[in-house]
Amino acid sequence: MAQSEIKDTDHVSDVEHEVTSTGLNHRKMLMWAFLGSDCMFFGALIATYLVYKGKSLSGPQPIDVFDIPVTSVSTFVLLMSSMSMVLAYSALTKNNMKVFRIWMISTAIKGATFVGFQVYEFASFSKHHVHVECNESHEMTTFETEVFEAECKPGIDSFSGEYGLKPQTNLFGTTFYTLTGLHGAHVTLGVVWLLSLLLLSFKKGVITKEKNVDIDLAALYWHFVDVVWIVIFTVVYLFGVFPFS
Amino acid sequence: MTLFPIQISIPSIPRPVKPTGLWSWLTTIDHKRIGILYGVTAFILFLSGGIEATLMRLQLSGPELDLVSAEVYNQLFTMHGTTMIFLAIMPMGAAFFNFIIPLQIGARDVAFPRLNAFSYWTFLAGAIMLKLSWIGGATNAGWFGYAPLTSVSQNPGTGIDFWIISLQILGVASLAAAFNFIVTIINMRAPGMHMMRLPVFIWMSFITAILLVLAFPVITVALIELTLDRYYDFNFFNVANGGSVVLWQHLFWVFGHPEVYILILPAMGIVSEVLPVFSRKPLFGYSTIVLAGAIIAFMGWMVWSHHMFTVGLGPAANAIFTITTMLIAVPTGIKVFNWLATIWGGSIKLNTPMLFSLGFIAMFLIGGISGVMHAVSASDAQQQDTYFIPAHIHYAVFGGAIMALMSGVHYWFQKTTGKMFGEILGKFHFWTLMLGQNLTFFPMHFVGLEGMPRRIYTYAEGMGWDLWNGVSTFGVFILIISFLAFMLNVIKSWKSGPIAPADPWDARTLEWSIPSPAPEYNFSEIPQVKALDDWWVTKQENPDIEVPDALENHSIHLPQPSYWPFVTALGILIAAYGVVFNDLLVPYLIAGIGTLVTFIGVYSWSLEPVNDPDEHTSH
Amino acid sequence: MNIKKITTILLAGIILTLTACYPENFNQTTFHPYGPVAERQLDIFWLILIGGIVVFLLVEGILIYSALKFRRKKDSPLPKQIHGNHKLEIVWTVIPGIVVLIFSILSINTLMYAADVPKDAEGNLGNHKSLHAIGHQWWFEFRYPHPNDDSQQVVLANEVYIPVGIPVRIELDTVDVIHSFWVPKLAGKVDMVPKPKDRNGVKDNNYMWFEASEPGIYFGQCAEFCGASHANMKFKIIAVTPSEYDAWLMTQIEPAAEWPDPLAKEGADVFKSAGCSGCHSLKPVAKIGSKGRLGPNLTHVASRTHLAAGMLNNTISLNTTTINDAYLQENLRDWITNPASIKPGNLMSAQATVYTDPDKALTESQISALIAYLTTLK
Repeated sequence: MAQSEIKDTDHVSDVEHEVTSTGLNHRKMLMWAFLGSDCMFFGALIATYLVYKGKSLSGPQPIDVFDIPVTSVSTFVLLMSSMSMVLAYSALTKNNMKVFRIWMISTAIKGATFVGFQVYEFASFSKHHVHVECNESHEMTTFETEVFEAECKPGIDSFSGEYGLKPQTNLFGTTFYTLTGLHGAHVTLGVVWLLSLLLLSFKKGVITKEKNVDIDLAALYWHFVDVVWIVIFTVVYLFGVFPFS
Repeated sequence: MTLFPIQISIPSIPRPVKPTGLWSWLTTIDHKRIGILYGVTAFILFLSGGIEATLMRLQLSGPELDLVSAEVYNQLFTMHGTTMIFLAIMPMGAAFFNFIIPLQIGARDVAFPRLNAFSYWTFLAGAIMLKLSWIGGATNAGWFGYAPLTSVSQNPGTGIDFWIISLQILGVASLAAAFNFIVTIINMRAPGMHMMRLPVFIWMSFITAILLVLAFPVITVALIELTLDRYYDFNFFNVANGGSVVLWQHLFWVFGHPEVYILILPAMGIVSEVLPVFSRKPLFGYSTIVLAGAIIAFMGWMVWSHHMFTVGLGPAANAIFTITTMLIAVPTGIKVFNWLATIWGGSIKLNTPMLFSLGFIAMFLIGGISGVMHAVSASDAQQQDTYFIPAHIHYAVFGGAIMALMSGVHYWFQKTTGKMFGEILGKFHFWTLMLGQNLTFFPMHFVGLEGMPRRIYTYAEGMGWDLWNGVSTFGVFILIISFLAFMLNVIKSWKSGPIAPADPWDARTLEWSIPSPAPEYNFSEIPQVKALDDWWVTKQENPDIEVPDALENHSIHLPQPSYWPFVTALGILIAAYGVVFNDLLVPYLIAGIGTLVTFIGVYSWSLEPVNDPDEHTSH
Repeated sequence: MNIKKITTILLAGIILTLTACYPENFNQTTFHPYGPVAERQLDIFWLILIGGIVVFLLVEGILIYSALKFRRKKDSPLPKQIHGNHKLEIVWTVIPGIVVLIFSILSINTLMYAADVPKDAEGNLGNHKSLHAIGHQWWFEFRYPHPNDDSQQVVLANEVYIPVGIPVRIELDTVDVIHSFWVPKLAGKVDMVPKPKDRNGVKDNNYMWFEASEPGIYFGQCAEFCGASHANMKFKIIAVTPSEYDAWLMTQIEPAAEWPDPLAKEGADVFKSAGCSGCHSLKPVAKIGSKGRLGPNLTHVASRTHLAAGMLNNTISLNTTTINDAYLQENLRDWITNPASIKPGNLMSAQATVYTDPDKALTESQISALIAYLTTLK
């Protein structure tokens, strides 16, 4: 076979538009496969959380520490970050680099804000304060009852103390911090990724209207992390405080 | 811990352009070379697992022997199991995935060649981590590491931590490979290669990759939870604070059961390739065999608690898992019957690859029958945790998976090396393997049912176990001879075997339509596929067709070598060492350096273009 | 030789071999059951084995037959290129499916039977004895309810009597890792799993039951890997007639009779001064649910047929309960002198000061005194 007849119909210098059997980009398919594995990852963590839900032997429970209004705000911020991610990608496909970069920064800032809220939340949980009145009878949570029974001896009117929720405290602490902490790590990695792409976009020709797969991949990852949070917020926070037992 | 990598603008390190010697191997991204790396490494690790087993069997050859201490024995059986599963059988399967998949689907390489190289180097890092743990005390809680035996109070040394970290690293390697092969198989098929024209080996590899993607994250989570318990006093498996040790078992076996299908499906794929070729008949019921494989993989998610029949889940749960486990015997049986129907009425050549594939069916059947016995939880209560289980295991993975892998080695050796694999030594290897395998593992059925528990470093006299343990140990020496013959055959054939033609077997699939050894570019022209078993069909239509010789000069564009997969894996290895010894300052530094190297590797890799636009392709 | 003849000869050969080589009645064999649970579990095993042998002969037969009959000869023509046959595939899907389902369903009966003591007419648990078995690394603690005092338990170790013909319901517990309670001749094993106490202080422990149909000594062994000396963790169930059992239980609730031997008295002092009593109780009973000591209860140690959880035998042969005092003393000496050589990793070698502190090591005479004392604890 003469050398001049050799063709390699599968090679294109432009990686974005390689010929593939399904027409779908290789790297997008890779990202979907990876997200499949990440689903199982969070699935196993959520399963652990659910197995241990309500089984803590002592210590603060969800209803003692959760601040649903505050967490709702951070959830909203994360949801909005998905929106700005969509807007970033859309701007890129319209070749509007300036707007693209603005929305990218916006997404990263919202993501970082979410993580900031989490750090604040973890810190405040670990310093959780309990105050019980020994003489009046009022509604107490299971944990407050524990403190009541331990501290309200005859002659004591009321008791205040710090009963921080740490991962070592009880099953709730262990599973809560692990699940939400690992999710927060995913968000953090996403923020780093977005900032890196942002920096890269200043190098000519790397991220363009045609070469947008990198942004598409980051967007997929970002939306996935957001969806996982919706599940966590529902299962951990909302089901934790509303009496579905 | 969030890490903000230092953005170093690397003054472009020139990309390796076809280096030679050691560097060519360190930077290769050619799927064929990576396949060879996997195969050789896996075999060496298989031998190390065999040494561990030999020491165990010597210790058990008679009652109350003193060859190794209790502690060392417990480390031996833990390392043997972990080595054979993660460092021998899985990477041997990966060797075949790497070498064969692009060839059988008509592609020039995999979808992500650098990720492919990364998978190998990361696997090697995990293997080094695990094997080096012998220094200073290896892990000793069984390959399944049940809590609370793995807790810090029961096991304060670093053995368990080495085991945890190396499994995590191996998980990264396996996942990367799985992602790669999923995309490759779906997206890089030659024109006309519809999914239902794919060779069965490709289908089984594809299904295996999907299992890997879904199963590994579960053990990742289990190991993370164990690490947090050990390092930071979390409560996942801390019974005193309400934790459940049975949760570990659930998480482990939800991974562990799909894992055994990950071990066996590629082997079944190989057998499905070999039998038709040496019977000169098509595979009987191609679509049924593919479907059966998919059903096995699906049902494999519903049976995990059959490993926990004695844990006290209750008769209802045990009954359900009995039924699901028994049902999974059905698609397995379909495959066996279809294989028999393939060879029935064929024109059978009993050469070494065929003998190994037939041996697979014969031995795996026995493993399957004992598996059905375990499936019934009522009688399993007398079998669980006795030697009856290792008997089942080894018929399935040794007589099963290893035999099928040997069949593949003998079948594809010529395509890899361009030399014919010696038949006489090959047949000797086969028969000694059959003899050794049955002598070593069949007696385990007996001692198990006669009350010998598993995982014991010694046993008392007069229990009725002496004779069969002795026979079992004797069998090991036959196996050693068998593998010595194999190694001799490999060296002899590779160095001075007769030159192999492109298609020595008159086979059916695309890899036989290119020269032996497979040229760097695989196909001089990407084939246009017309049918299942396309090469066979082409030969029937055009009996005089010849495979052209390999091209001496070509301008076929190929992916280029890269340093970064190796560098990234190296960073992971360094970081892992730091993480294991987590109580001292120096390890934190080491972990930090390792993480930095990893980040440099990842960033450089992502900034390196897939194809250097200025490279010259001719060699 | 046609196929029929070969098959008949093979089958006959297998049956003859099985009958001739039927496993001997070794100590822990599952092939000689002595109780209804083990019997029914063995029956299920035979059922599946027969099915397995049929499948084995069928498949291996076809395999070997094909490999030989369809061997390629010189100038063999291309065989008929058959791609499949759906009808055939349906047959060999449906039939195995039905067979495995039948086997599974047949086995469920035995599964339910083995789960708990047979129920009486009202649906409550029928007549049974309650036994509490607690796994330790690496020995078994046993507790029976005190026959006369509901708030107390009789505390025993490694060896326990049961009455013949009456179900024994065993609560399985552990103080450290997972162990497994297995007496092959009486029943399949169930694991002893460490469980948390819930908010009411109750542990959801596993239960199992068995019944001995004949008097005898039944050997048990831990069957879940539990650390260094997992191999060295054995126990005995001794089945006797119900009246013998009642008599035995009455002797167990009393401490051992005191002997006036001066060496034994010296030994009793050593027992206290060397710190043995810190881990080994000499009180035969304890409050229900009380936390056990680190080491086995030694109230009646000199009546035990074995020491160190099955490692050292005090009897001339394994099927008698008559103690040979010479053996007992030799075994006590071996154990006390160097426990780590008998049970690697054991807690006594690791924690008792007489082993960890060379200054506090026992002298020969102290050991002899101890042995003299312990031998009186019948």
